[in-house]
Amino acid sequence: MTTLTPTPESPGNRGAVDVQKELYGGQLPERAPLLVIGAAVVVAAALYLAAGVNLMLAALVVFAISLALPVWSVAVEGRRKATDRLVTVLVTSSFVLAMFPLFSILVTVIGKGTKVLGIDFFTFSMRNVVGEGGGIYHALVGTLIITGAATVISVPIGLFAAIYLVEYSEGNRLSRWIRFLVDVMTGIPSIVAGLFAYALFVLFFGEGVRMGIGGSVALSVLMIPVVVRSTEEMLKLVPNELREASYALGVPKWRTVSKVVLPTALAGIVTGITLAIARVIGETAPLLIIAGATDSVNFNPFDGRMASLPVFAYASQRNPGIPPEFSIDRAWGAALTLLLIVMLLNLIARLVSYFFSPKGER
Amino acid sequence: MTSTLAPRRKRSTVVRPGDRIFSGLSTSAGILILIVLAGVAAFLTIEGIPGITASPDEVKSGQSFLPYVWPLVYGTLLAAVIALLIAVPVAIGVALFISHYSPRKLGQVLGYLIDLLAAVPSVVYGLWGIGFLAPKMAPIYQWLESNLGFIPFFAGPASATGRTIMTASIVLAVMILPIMTAICREIFLQTPRLHEEAALALGATRWEMARMAIFPYARSGIVSAAMLGLGRALGETLAVAMVLSVSAGTVTANLISSTNPSTIAANIALSFGEASGKTVNALIASGLVLFVITFLVNFAARAVVDRRKDFSGAN
Amino acid sequence: MAKSIDVSDLNIYYGDFLAVEGVTIPIPAKSVTAFIGPSGCGKSTFLRSLNRMHEVIRGARVEGKVLIDGQDLYASDMDPVNVRRMIGMVFQRPNPFPTMSIYDNVLAGQKLNSKRMKKSESDDIVERSLRSAGLWAEVKDRLARPGSGLSGGQQQRLCIARAISVEPEILLMDEPCSALDPISTSVIEDLIHELKAQYTIVIVTHNMQQAARVSDETAFFNLSGVGKPGRLIEVGRTETIFSNPQDPATEAYIQGRFG
Repeated sequence: MTTLTPTPESPGNRGAVDVQKELYGGQLPERAPLLVIGAAVVVAAALYLAAGVNLMLAALVVFAISLALPVWSVAVEGRRKATDRLVTVLVTSSFVLAMFPLFSILVTVIGKGTKVLGIDFFTFSMRNVVGEGGGIYHALVGTLIITGAATVISVPIGLFAAIYLVEYSEGNRLSRWIRFLVDVMTGIPSIVAGLFAYALFVLFFGEGVRMGIGGSVALSVLMIPVVVRSTEEMLKLVPNELREASYALGVPKWRTVSKVVLPTALAGIVTGITLAIARVIGETAPLLIIAGATDSVNFNPFDGRMASLPVFAYASQRNPGIPPEFSIDRAWGAALTLLLIVMLLNLIARLVSYFFSPKGER
Repeated sequence: MTSTLAPRRKRSTVVRPGDRIFSGLSTSAGILILIVLAGVAAFLTIEGIPGITASPDEVKSGQSFLPYVWPLVYGTLLAAVIALLIAVPVAIGVALFISHYSPRKLGQVLGYLIDLLAAVPSVVYGLWGIGFLAPKMAPIYQWLESNLGFIPFFAGPASATGRTIMTASIVLAVMILPIMTAICREIFLQTPRLHEEAALALGATRWEMARMAIFPYARSGIVSAAMLGLGRALGETLAVAMVLSVSAGTVTANLISSTNPSTIAANIALSFGEASGKTVNALIASGLVLFVITFLVNFAARAVVDRRKDFSGAN
Repeated sequence: MAKSIDVSDLNIYYGDFLAVEGVTIPIPAKSVTAFIGPSGCGKSTFLRSLNRMHEVIRGARVEGKVLIDGQDLYASDMDPVNVRRMIGMVFQRPNPFPTMSIYDNVLAGQKLNSKRMKKSESDDIVERSLRSAGLWAEVKDRLARPGSGLSGGQQQRLCIARAISVEPEILLMDEPCSALDPISTSVIEDLIHELKAQYTIVIVTHNMQQAARVSDETAFFNLSGVGKPGRLIEVGRTETIFSNPQDPATEAYIQGRFG
């Protein structure tokens, strides 16, 4: 990178020049990265606008031109720095690459989904609808009932299990197993949860059973571990001093847990539960198996098939009927609705944790 | 307060009913979780066994269980492994970008953006895959066939719709990216500052610092992140079911044609609605196979994470 | 209503580890008794054994007797929860409940035990406790605000008010000023002086001047080596301990030669 050969011009001042060269010599101008990226974007934009190259190719062009930076660096700065610059380019591009599907999904779903959105879309079911029209009322109702029931099942179990792990187990062998298996359970494929619910319900109701509540059971299998994990983290964050303060006032353990520890962690727990709901509300596979699909509104989760948003979106895309475009439009509309619900839940979760966490703690 | 300490009643050990109920509830909730997990395995086994032992003419596929399930296992593994190959380098890059290349404050916002990817429901991924990605990929497959057709993976004939196992794998890669990024990011951020500064003080560039200080520290974390991602990819259903155009029983290395092996999960989703009798049992049995595969992968991943916990100085 | 404590031959264990060995000490009523000694000598552990708070840690147990007006705290039929209602405690760091207002913090002992009270009654308790803790004037206009919004010294006095609102017999203080600034410390010390008219106070401190300032009796704890149990070396009138200690270790500690 640097050379120690003395410069002939200033023999008397050799040392100073060498140090200066070592510190400053062979460096790209500070603005070099901006310059190269800027040039790349300009070229790509020109190609995209003028020559009508598609977006993917344009992005590829930006990437290719960015590689000029490390090449330039090899010439001026030497190999080590060039490698560093190459990695910087790669790391940054990987981030841009990862953002690409996110924006693409948002743009596509919003673009195609808003077409059908309207009052009718949310207030009509698909009963007796052929071709145009109809709506997702039945699926919306089903999704709310199924997810609601799943929440009712999962939250108490998850909450108490987390309380057991943090407050009662004292790190015994059982708690280590529970913790480990909860982790493993977070990886259960959603379709397996659906099959489990089916296999369970078949024993009681016979072959071909389809029930909304079965969907809730399947979703609970997916939801419980998430609730346990997040609640456990939140309970652990409650300072031990608060428990001690409560004990010292002569408060029994169960009241300490329910009136001091839980309220202190409440915001975090609610955030975790909201995120867990957001996670399962979009699950399709288990509902496809056990809740099935129907065109009519069904308010009773214990009686027969129950539609849900994700299954509706899937089925509308899969079996669009003739002509297909109306059904496909409805699929995008349902997908957009689902996406909005999930994003809304995520937003609520963040807001809850932002505004309701107890403040003034050290 | 009363001024006497004498208990009102004589008891040998003092346990309050409130305490007993509360700890009882908590303990049973914990045990219930174990029972649920055991129940998943048990019910799948009970309902699956008739499917495994069923004779070929009892099921719709007309095959006995092993030849029936083998192409599905192959398809599952193939799609998941390709997804992993795509996602691992990107996840490491993104995590490194967030943890060490972007400014700290910006990093958190960028982390949220990546987490948003995790929030997108799989059916939306499926719609996006079939409605946007597949048509965009079709010309690329055409190009691959005509220029790199000598490689068996790209032998063709290229799918005109783009609904290939390659497309499905790309969708899977996007889906598993957030969890892998999140884990890698956590671990990169935990790298002891001293190691990083030691490397920098030796005159290392940022990349050399990453290689000397971050990667050795994070290696097992990256491995377990990859395995967790693999677990997710193996079990993902809808995106694959929607994107992939399948032909039953195919086992091929060709990634860009329209005859693709299905995956276990996608096959269940596609066939369950019309299935009856022993066919249902066979599908449940294939679900059991998937359960066992993902369980083992997750088990291994968590075991790596747990072992790391004991040895890292971070705790 | 204050009571005396008689401890005889108390051993405190964590699992198999003997943390404090053979403590015998009388603690007189309506006075301040200070525990001093180097870090790790078991003075805090011993303090916590006086209201069975050390049992919060798994595997903790004791041998020996702690008598309060002749009743053994460790009798098999004694409920630790009732013991703690009788013997209040103030901790090293102020720990008001972050989810509760100042008002509710003072009443925490009653509220957490779901004791029903009339509004006028609870108002009385709050005012009386805050006045006793010397905090009433500062917070009477913002009783509904969260307790965590107060300064460190105010928070600690809030914790004292919370402890005395349940009208305990005895007040235990575990280094109550170590997280506070000098001014707040002096306020708390004055408060201790006033409180001893009504309560039996036991205070752990690592600040010898503080012990000399606030206490009537002083007990010196020490341990003979790492891994060895802590012991009570000597106890007596504070003036005596500080001016004319019997044990050379006490003298060395008081003169600042170790600790």
